[in-house]
Formats: sequence, C-alpha cells, structure tokens
Amino acid sequence: MIGDGSLERFKREGRIVVVGASLAGLRAAEALRDKGFAGSLTVIGDEPHEPYDRPPLSKQVLLGKAVADRTALPRLRSVDATWRLGVAAAGLDMAGRRVRLADGDEVPYDRLLIATGVRARPWPREAEAELDGVFVLRTRNDGAALARRLAAGPKRVLVIGAGFTGSEIASACRERGLAVTVAERGSAPLVGALGGVVGAVSAEMQREHGVDLRTGVMVTALEGDASGRVRAAHLSDGSTVETDLVIISLGATRNTEWLAGSGLGAGPRGIACDAGCRAFDVRGIVTDDIYAAGDVARCPHPLFGYQFLSLEHWGNAVTQARIAAHNMLSESIDRIPHMEVPAFWSSQFGVNIKSVGVPSLGTEILIAQGSLKDHRFVGVYGYQGRVIGAVAFDQARWLPFYQELIETTAPFPPPFPTVDRHSDGARPLDADFPDPSIPTHGPTVTLSGYSPADRRMTFTPAH
Amino acid sequence: MTQSALHQILDYANRPNPYPIYEELRKTPVFHEDDGPYVISTYYEIRSLLHDPRISSDARNLTSTTGGGPAEPPQEESALPPGFLKLDPPEHDRLRRMTNRPFGPPHSPHRVDGMREELHDIVSGLIDGIGDTGRIDLVEQFSYPFPVTVICRLLGVPREDEARFHTWADTLAASLDPDPDADPAGRGKEAHDARMELGMYLAGLIEERRKNPGEDMLSQLATAKGGDGPMSTMELLSTAALLLIAGHETTVNLITNGMLTLLRRPDVLQRLREDPKLAVPLVEELLRFEPPVQLLPQRTTLADIEVRGVTIPKGASLWLVLASGNRDPQRFENPDRFDPDRRDIQHLGLGSGIHSCFGAPLARLEAQTALSELARRMENPRLLEDPPPYRQNAVLRGPRHLPIACDGIRP
Repeated sequence: MIGDGSLERFKREGRIVVVGASLAGLRAAEALRDKGFAGSLTVIGDEPHEPYDRPPLSKQVLLGKAVADRTALPRLRSVDATWRLGVAAAGLDMAGRRVRLADGDEVPYDRLLIATGVRARPWPREAEAELDGVFVLRTRNDGAALARRLAAGPKRVLVIGAGFTGSEIASACRERGLAVTVAERGSAPLVGALGGVVGAVSAEMQREHGVDLRTGVMVTALEGDASGRVRAAHLSDGSTVETDLVIISLGATRNTEWLAGSGLGAGPRGIACDAGCRAFDVRGIVTDDIYAAGDVARCPHPLFGYQFLSLEHWGNAVTQARIAAHNMLSESIDRIPHMEVPAFWSSQFGVNIKSVGVPSLGTEILIAQGSLKDHRFVGVYGYQGRVIGAVAFDQARWLPFYQELIETTAPFPPPFPTVDRHSDGARPLDADFPDPSIPTHGPTVTLSGYSPADRRMTFTPAH
Repeated sequence: MTQSALHQILDYANRPNPYPIYEELRKTPVFHEDDGPYVISTYYEIRSLLHDPRISSDARNLTSTTGGGPAEPPQEESALPPGFLKLDPPEHDRLRRMTNRPFGPPHSPHRVDGMREELHDIVSGLIDGIGDTGRIDLVEQFSYPFPVTVICRLLGVPREDEARFHTWADTLAASLDPDPDADPAGRGKEAHDARMELGMYLAGLIEERRKNPGEDMLSQLATAKGGDGPMSTMELLSTAALLLIAGHETTVNLITNGMLTLLRRPDVLQRLREDPKLAVPLVEELLRFEPPVQLLPQRTTLADIEVRGVTIPKGASLWLVLASGNRDPQRFENPDRFDPDRRDIQHLGLGSGIHSCFGAPLARLEAQTALSELARRMENPRLLEDPPPYRQNAVLRGPRHLPIACDGIRP
C-alpha cells in the first residue's frame, strides 16, 4: 500500500467491519470516522442493545441507583454505520474476507476489527445453572434481572467467586441490607489479582461489612427444590448454605469460539496480536487486514518482558480501540504501538480500589504509604528488583507517581522515604500470589505466554 | 535566566503581566539561585511533583533557611493548628475526608448543586445593587462580597451576622496583601484582632450548632457520626478558617480575572451573553489562562530527588509555578491564546494530587454563575483602566480594583 494511493482509496471507499458492539467496538468505530474513514462501516453485535457501559452493572444498578437499560455509552460523535445488532458473528473466512453471521448472512470486509470481548464463565453443571435463582453478571439483561431479584429481598445471596465482580456484588448486597455468603476457592478475595497481603485486607473489609466469607472452599453442588428453584449450595468443606439467589462470578471466557478453524491465532486465551493490534494467524504470521482490540485481544508489552497481556480493563478497551483504528488507516511506518500501562478501578465496601501496572507479576509488595490496618494504603509490587505494579485503597491520587516508576523501570524497593510511611512499610513482604497453575477467579490481567500463536494450545483445523 | 528571576516574579511592576517572565523561566525548568527555593515552571514536571509522595506540604519538614521566601504570605500569629492545606497524610487525609463528608460525593453529592439557585440569587442581588453605572468597581461591588456571602451560607452563618463576617474577611484579606505604604504595626494589629474576633465568633457558633444542629456544614462537621467521628473545636476552627481564606481570595480573583479577560475580548463576551452554557468551558480555560493561585510556595522535599537532571536536596523549598505550567507550549497549543473552545484542557489551575482544590466544584459554579450573569445583564460593559491596579500578592494574583462602566443594567 505504499505510495500507490491505495490507502487513500481504501479510506474513501473501503469496507470496514467491526465485530463487537460494546465499548471497544463503539470507540473504534468513532475513531475510524474521526480519522477520516469515509467508506462503509458495519458494526456487528450479538446483543440487541446499542453499546452500553458495563461497570455500573455491578455497582449502581444492583443498588437500584441506576437502571440497567439506561447505561448507554455516551456517543462521542456520529459514526454513520450499519448496525447489525442482535446477531452474533459465527465464522470468519480469511481468504474470502467475509464474516459469517449466525443468521446465515455474510458481510464482506477489506479490513476487520475484532472486539468480541468476553462473557461470564457459566456454572459448569448445566442442570444446576438452569435452576431458577442462579445468575451470572455480564450483560445488561443479567444486570436488570439480578437487580429485580435483589429488590425482591432474597433471604440469602450466595456469591461464588470473590474476584472484583463477585466482591462488588457482595458489597452491593450488603449495602441493600441483604444477607450474603461469599465462597472463594482461593485464600482470600481478590487474591488472584492483588495477592495475599492485599487479599487479607479485602477479607477483613468483607467481614467487617457483615459478609459471611468462606475461603479455601469450592461449591460442589447447587440444589433446587421441586419447583426448580435453587434452595441450597453444598460446599467442599461439607457445609451447606441455604440460599435462594446464587450469583456465579467465576471470571470470564473469551469470545473466540466463532473463530475456530478460521486460521486466525485465536483461542481460549484470546486473539494474539502485535503491539499495533494486528492479529496473528495460527502460523504466527501477522495479518495486515485483521485487527483486535479490547478484552479479547492479547498483545506483547515491552514493560512486562514482552509477555502477551490480555487486559479486561475499561481504559484498555478505549485506548486499544483508538490505536487499532489509527493503524487500520495508516501506512506501516505511521502505525503506533499499544503500550498503555494497565490500570483498573473497583469500588466496594465504601473503598475505592485502583491499580496500575501488573501487580500479579509481582513477587514482593511494599506498603509504601498508609497502613493495611486502616484499609487505606498504596502497595507497590516488585519483580526482579524493579517496580512492576501498584495498588491503592482510597489513595488513588498518588498512583500517577507509581505509574511513572513502572514506566521508568525504577528499582524495587523504592529507596526513598515518602509521606505517610508506617511500620507496615519498613520492608517488602512476600506478595503471596497463589500458584499460577491453580485458576483463580480474579485476575483481570492474564499473562498468556510468549509465543504469538501459542503452540501450547490446540487449534483444530477445519480441513 | 538572570540573577533576579525571583525578584522579577515578585516585582510589583510585573503584576499585570507576569507571563513573559514565566516564559523566560521555563528555559530553566528547575531554577535555583543562591539559597533561594527551587522553582519549577514546566507543566509535566509540576504535575509529576504534585503526585510525588516525596514532597511534603508540612513546613516542619523544611530545613532550608529561606523558607517560602518573600512570596510567602505573612505568617498568621495564630494558636490554631494548621489547616489540612499545610498537612501531609495521614492527618491531611483525615481532616479533608471529614470536611468533605458534608460537602461533596459520596456522602453529600447534592450540596454544591443544591446551592445553584442561591448563588444565582446572591449574584442577582449584587448586580441589582450596582447603582451608578458610569463607574463601577467590580471588585468592591461584586467579586469581593459574592464569595464571602456564599461561604457564610455554606457554613451556616446566620443572615444577621453576615455583615460582621464580611468585615472580618475584608480585614484578613487585606492582611494577606499588605500595602507597602501602610503602617505595618497598625495593619498587623487589625488583622490579629479580626482573627481573634472571628475565632471567638465561630467558636460560639460551633457551640450553638452542636446543641441545635442544622443542615449547614458547620453543624454537620460538629456532629459528624462517620468513622472518623466529629471534629474537635480546634480542628473545626482551623478548617473553617481555611475554607474562608482559601475559598475567598481565590474566587474573588477568578471572577475578576474572568471579567477582565472577557472585557478585553468583546467577541467572547458577546458569545457568553448569547449562550450562558459557554460559561462551563470558558471557566476551565480561565483557570488555565489566569489561574487565581499563580504558584505553590509551600512544598518541600523529604529526600534528594532528581528533576530534569537537577538534584533537589532533601529539605529544600519548592515553588511550583502553576501559572507557568499552564502556559507551557510543550503541553498546550498556542498557550498564550485565550480559547474557550479548547478541548485539551487539563490545566493546573486547581492543582492536582491530594491537595487539589477542595472547593473546586463550588468555585467553578460561582465563577460560571457570576460571569454569565454579568455578561447577560450589563449593557455595553467596558474597561475604564487597562491594566487595572493589581494587588501586591504575587501568589494570589488579581486586580485590587476593576473600574468598569456600562450603559445600564438589564433586568
């Protein structure tokens, strides 16, 4: 496409298809138009709704302070797209440059952006998952249904999995005055994302707010009554929790099944792409017409040893979408890499939790400011002698400083005093992350290996 | 930069337009001469330092002999403990958190918005009372009384006491900005007396509010039942004093600088008159273009830190020149152009980090209300002096008087 005018022609009359009509898909579509793409633009989404914002679903919506169907994402500009909503993409023909839809339609493209995101991991036993009163929380419909059930005043809510979503749900339940049990396989809530030192604080917060927190246990079975309503859960420690509302919060599954057999480097860990959001094929060769952004993408990050990172973060979806859009409309030398430092926030039990970098890579943690006891602190994570991540509980305003330390690969532990240093911060502690081979429910950053096409995964060829 | 860099900033002759000095200063992003403070003038460096936990706002950590230098307002001879502006965490966090509880989200999300109508009424009353439109001093007749009235209503000062409150506030404000020709001893005594009387008055009001609490901030601070408990009377007094001083001078200057800026740009004034909603982006641009707090002279280093290749030693005094960072061409395109349509507007006018302006939502609403109403109601307003006479203070910079005229006041 160098110098022959083909890029200009593509920008004028080309066809771009965006698969995924949530945050990344919408922001990418807007960015494409912003950057002068005047051709045809089609946005495909499996949900029937216009793009909406998900963070409120586990917060304000469950509290009854916001209505699930009023969480539409603000539009930054008009996108003049053909919206194919309520129909999922079902297949990809890379050679023929066509996306096949679940209704049998085919949509041709010159360039494709995949932003299909993730979905809630369902309860593995299908019959139990079908019981009335068993929910997951990912979509607007999930949020609306769950909010109605919470408003109806269940006798006891059981949340299975104490990652960020599960913990936020438990927090909302307590704020509504509902009895809630949380069952977590790990040693503490949030342990997968933030480690055991911070997990212990989170456990304390839950218990202080009246959550019946059970850690180190698995739910072995859900039991229904004669009318098919859930009535109890059986735990691996032999105990039983009587409950009429169960929320499965076991993390997310990437929406890549529709790409199976397409030849694209996509699998359960996401879609491998380069730093410019271009997807790899299964042979490890980068494509030039297929891009990925948002939760479903995984791409190498120079600050983190070029590990392929999948980030289930709101901010990541926004910037990655913009970068993908830019690169889709650029000659190779004008492309820009996606190198944003990961960041996410959560709000639970009256505490604002914010993190930068990749805490779960850390082996040690230094409580640089504040104290664990007060549940107000900044924890800095170290990995091989450098700062790799930081988390703040009600201390978010300091994080830009720690982000700079991460970006400049500053030494760990930081060799200087700070304001508000307590005895907690005298020396680094073992960050106490669980064995990575044991799945936890919480990590929103997944280190998914080094090899672009990830040969450890089995790609089943279609022919 | 020449030897006299700091003197140029402080030189009264440069008060009307300090921006060329800042431009010169930015050529040396970390400026230091002799035993003076380390002066930081570029956007990114200032912003980094505002989030840097190795920087203290507590003067007790200052070991350099120069202190804040001559730009530091005269020290209050006061028995009160320092307000949270001059404290570090955790004390700062505790007091600010407690003060925020009855003021802003999450506990009081409607406090400021609930004052919208009241602000409008106060502004209308002041404009109605302008009288002779041939010569108006906008500072005396409008910018000064407005924020004091707002703080009285916020704290819950009874209407019948507002006049006394205004007198104390005026005296204290004047003491922050000493007239070099006035008798310093006499001025000092006046300020001291005003502080004492104000303190006694507030202590009495707090006592009364503890017994009969209302919806006002003072009542809620005195009777708070949150995790941090209620404030002690001493803490309440120093917090109330902080709100009064910090929320007053700055807002006066924001409004006065705003009207001055608009009167120099009749086209923008006309746009605001036709579209009051323009006030929102306009006030943001104003906070960038003419910030009411020009520089922060009270920070100090807890360790040796390196900024742009310069090692600033532990215990040194830092000046963060916000107004210069706001005009840094490395950050803002055409920084010397006043452009209310500017979209990329993350200015430093309200600071950043843990000490970022506590009253920001109120200050914004006050300035938006004031400027849009002045624009709407004044017929053909114009400056009578340009530049107007400025106050001495180089930190809280603004006109002492703003003589203007107009052809009449619209209803």
